[in-house]
Amino acid sequence: METIAKEYADKLPKKLIDEINEHLPKGASQAKIRKVFEAVQKEYESAKISPGECVGLIAAESIGEPGTQMTLNTFHFAGVAEMNVTVGLPRIIEILDGRKELKNSMMEIYLKKPYSEGKNLKELALQIKETTLSHIATEFTINIADLTIEVGLDKQKMKDLGITPAMVIASITKQVKGFNVKEKDGGISVKTKSKDESLNEAYKAKERLKDIHVKGILGIRQVLPLKRGDEYLIITAGSNLGDVLQLEQVDAHRTTTSDIYEIQNVLGIEAARQAIINEVAKVIDSQGLNVDIRHIMLVADGMTVSGEMRGITRYGVVSEKSSVLARASFETPIKHLINAALTGEVDRLTSVVENVMINQPVPIGTGLPGLVSKQKK
Amino acid sequence: MAEVYLNSKFVGYADDPREYVRKLRETRRAGALGQSVSVAYDPRADRVEVEAARGRAQRPLIVVKDGKPLLAERHIRQLEKNEISWSDLVKEGVVEYLDAAEEENATVAFFENEVAAETTHLEIMPLDILGYCTSLVPYGNFNQSTRLNAGSKNQKQALGLYAANYAVRMDMDVNVMHHAQKPIVETIMHDICNYDSHPAGQNVVIAIMSYKGYNMEDSIILNGGSIQRGFGRSTYYRPAIAEELRYSGGLMDEVCIPDKEVKGYKSEKDYRYLEEDGIISQEAKVKEGDVIIGKTSPPRFLSSMEDYNLATSTRRESSIGLKHGEEGIVDFVLITENEEGNKLVQVRLRDQRIPEIGDKFTSRHGQKGVAGLIVPQADMPFSASGIVPDIIFSPHGIPSRMTIAHLIEMLGGKVGSLSGRYINGTTFDAEPEEKLRKELQSLGFRENGVETMYNGQTGEEYQAKIYIGNMYYLKLKHMVANKIHSRARGPIQLLTRQPTEGRAKEGGLRLGEMEKDTFIAHGASLLLKERFDSDKTVVPVCEGCGIIAIKDDHKNRTYCPVCGDGVEVNFIEVSYAFKLMLDEFKSLGLYPKLELTSKY
Repeated sequence: METIAKEYADKLPKKLIDEINEHLPKGASQAKIRKVFEAVQKEYESAKISPGECVGLIAAESIGEPGTQMTLNTFHFAGVAEMNVTVGLPRIIEILDGRKELKNSMMEIYLKKPYSEGKNLKELALQIKETTLSHIATEFTINIADLTIEVGLDKQKMKDLGITPAMVIASITKQVKGFNVKEKDGGISVKTKSKDESLNEAYKAKERLKDIHVKGILGIRQVLPLKRGDEYLIITAGSNLGDVLQLEQVDAHRTTTSDIYEIQNVLGIEAARQAIINEVAKVIDSQGLNVDIRHIMLVADGMTVSGEMRGITRYGVVSEKSSVLARASFETPIKHLINAALTGEVDRLTSVVENVMINQPVPIGTGLPGLVSKQKK
Repeated sequence: MAEVYLNSKFVGYADDPREYVRKLRETRRAGALGQSVSVAYDPRADRVEVEAARGRAQRPLIVVKDGKPLLAERHIRQLEKNEISWSDLVKEGVVEYLDAAEEENATVAFFENEVAAETTHLEIMPLDILGYCTSLVPYGNFNQSTRLNAGSKNQKQALGLYAANYAVRMDMDVNVMHHAQKPIVETIMHDICNYDSHPAGQNVVIAIMSYKGYNMEDSIILNGGSIQRGFGRSTYYRPAIAEELRYSGGLMDEVCIPDKEVKGYKSEKDYRYLEEDGIISQEAKVKEGDVIIGKTSPPRFLSSMEDYNLATSTRRESSIGLKHGEEGIVDFVLITENEEGNKLVQVRLRDQRIPEIGDKFTSRHGQKGVAGLIVPQADMPFSASGIVPDIIFSPHGIPSRMTIAHLIEMLGGKVGSLSGRYINGTTFDAEPEEKLRKELQSLGFRENGVETMYNGQTGEEYQAKIYIGNMYYLKLKHMVANKIHSRARGPIQLLTRQPTEGRAKEGGLRLGEMEKDTFIAHGASLLLKERFDSDKTVVPVCEGCGIIAIKDDHKNRTYCPVCGDGVEVNFIEVSYAFKLMLDEFKSLGLYPKLELTSKY
């Protein structure tokens, strides 16, 4: 056994050899083991892609064709205001373009044990949800006489959210400088420290106050606690992976976001690659379509090889192409041509598009092999 | 206090809006207000809208007062005797027109027996919710609405007797059906619009069954015998027009047999049908390339010296001939003058169109299909009584489209043709299906319309009973003869040297971007190159500067426009489009330098 395995060490991947080891019955004869290895190697070789097979184009066709059948619906959560999810073709485009600003980003927050059974679920959800001053305020008024801004507070809401006026004052003084903040008749009064303030500036300050972040995690606009199977989890609209993972109740292994850029920043490029694969596969599955995962993996690889995520756009992956003509044939040709002329770029005609243009055989499939001759000395 | 708006402009308040609206309507019915004035009260917004603006759609309804329609027996009798007309009913306030807003206030009964205490109007006829063409679909209330839309759209494309004076008209691109019939299953609309004076289809026997797969995916099987007997035969008319235009300098076109000296003279054979006046003789059978109207034009540019010298002999040939793939018989020749007093010649060609594979047919229920096979009558299935269907229609067309009326029409057609009468199939008001079934049974057939059928080729009985009946079939104007197109070699465009586009120009069939991708996906690299060879050229390239050089065949030398003589020039094979692109680069101010290396 051991000797045969060694023989095949450079012919088969280690994982396959280990798997054979695992499944072989104890005490199998040498001849039988050899037969097994031979059969496995034959299968392995036939599963390999032949040289010259244009995997990229096949991946493009395999994702593109089902894409034409996808619907343009956005999906709404029943009963939750302003909580909708981009699905279908728009979502795929969003992912593959590598957009930084998502239309509807969302998170799935998984929880650690007692919490995943429903403990303090509502409190936790409220703790995560971003609360700004305007959420808990009843009114903002400007006292014209002494140019103070008075903020009325909703007691009930504050109680529900566990916010005290002192906390509000603290967050205001922390986030905007140069103001005297005082509690006044159950509300808050804000006055500038500078002597010569105009009404106009007071108005600007009032608008700024509305966005003061009081509690929760920045960017999480909505929360929706949910029971999936036996487990409770929280779905959010808006995303902030870094801060959510800081929470001790959160299961950091499974919590994800739809914002792939955030994943790249928090968890690194390999995680971003996996996220692209997962997200695209999720959309395709949800539409009842069937695309082999390897096509998606190829696209994700292409987007992340450089170590930084690049979208499949003229600014991203396409701008990396080595051929001028290939770049020019995809959007903004004149820009590419002029820049190429300025730097005196040379097109070696090594890929498909350029060769189609000048009517030469494309170096793929049957066009790839050439004759190599021994030179006479 | 409701706000009152006249033509969407505020004009005042009404204390009791309902009473106010009622009074306004009374005055209108009495004739004091125009019929086109509509009054509507919206209780939710509490406002009265009086509209008299133009451009609103209105529809007529019979007024109901105190649970009784105002249209009485008396009116109908007077109408029948032509003593009163429609406008009298409107004047009298028996019929009034409602617009969309006023309709919201009305409670409309569909039939007279549905009139209740709160009813305000009665529908004149349920059929009037449908338009002209949709009313021509029998048993329309048994169809899905989308099929009614499709059905009425199809009927507009049907061949028929489009105008009784077609023989003396010079219409472009028209068809006339040879033996058009009135449908057996008709609607009241067929009577109202005098359908038998301009019919557009034929009554045929149709069986719903499959036949060797030649009627799958909406295709139909035609009986060759029926076609020989005249089913679906039509004539296609196409005119050719020539005009003697006047040009500056007193020159003008001339309709004549062109001289041999004329520039662009075709060949004597092409002009063989022309009479002395340069116009083709009637009843001449013409094929592609034949000249119909001979015409010459003055030379295009008179400025150059050459033309002065040979002025008289350099007229251009500008005859009207038949284009690629066209043929026909000269039907009618007309010589007249146009508005400017120029001589105008119109020739009408006629072409008999016998149904062939690829012609499009339809029933009146949006069940269009293309002829997939023409079967000799001897091979067609036949029924126990010896009836051979004219058309075999696939059963798969029925379940998903839910055109029940298609099935009922077949039943009705069968009863009608057996008992020799027309069947009333008016939507909402037709002869009930049960009655037709009973009558069919009393005529000695199975009540549900199915019959035992036999295979026409083997004589064996089919296991399944086949649903067979008569229905009205239409031939649509889309015929393969007008659309068939193929090309191996042919004309190319001047600029790009690529094949022309479109049937009219005998164009190539484009192998587009996505088709190209499939070639690449298969790795068929050399096949791909061959496909795109249509514009390949050999260009000389200067080895010095990498720019396209010049080859002078007269002096048999090659030189480079930049480096001059004495530079090595090599020839490369590229697509002409690439050569054009290099030229465009140069016009952008870019220097596209080709670096040549030997392939071997």
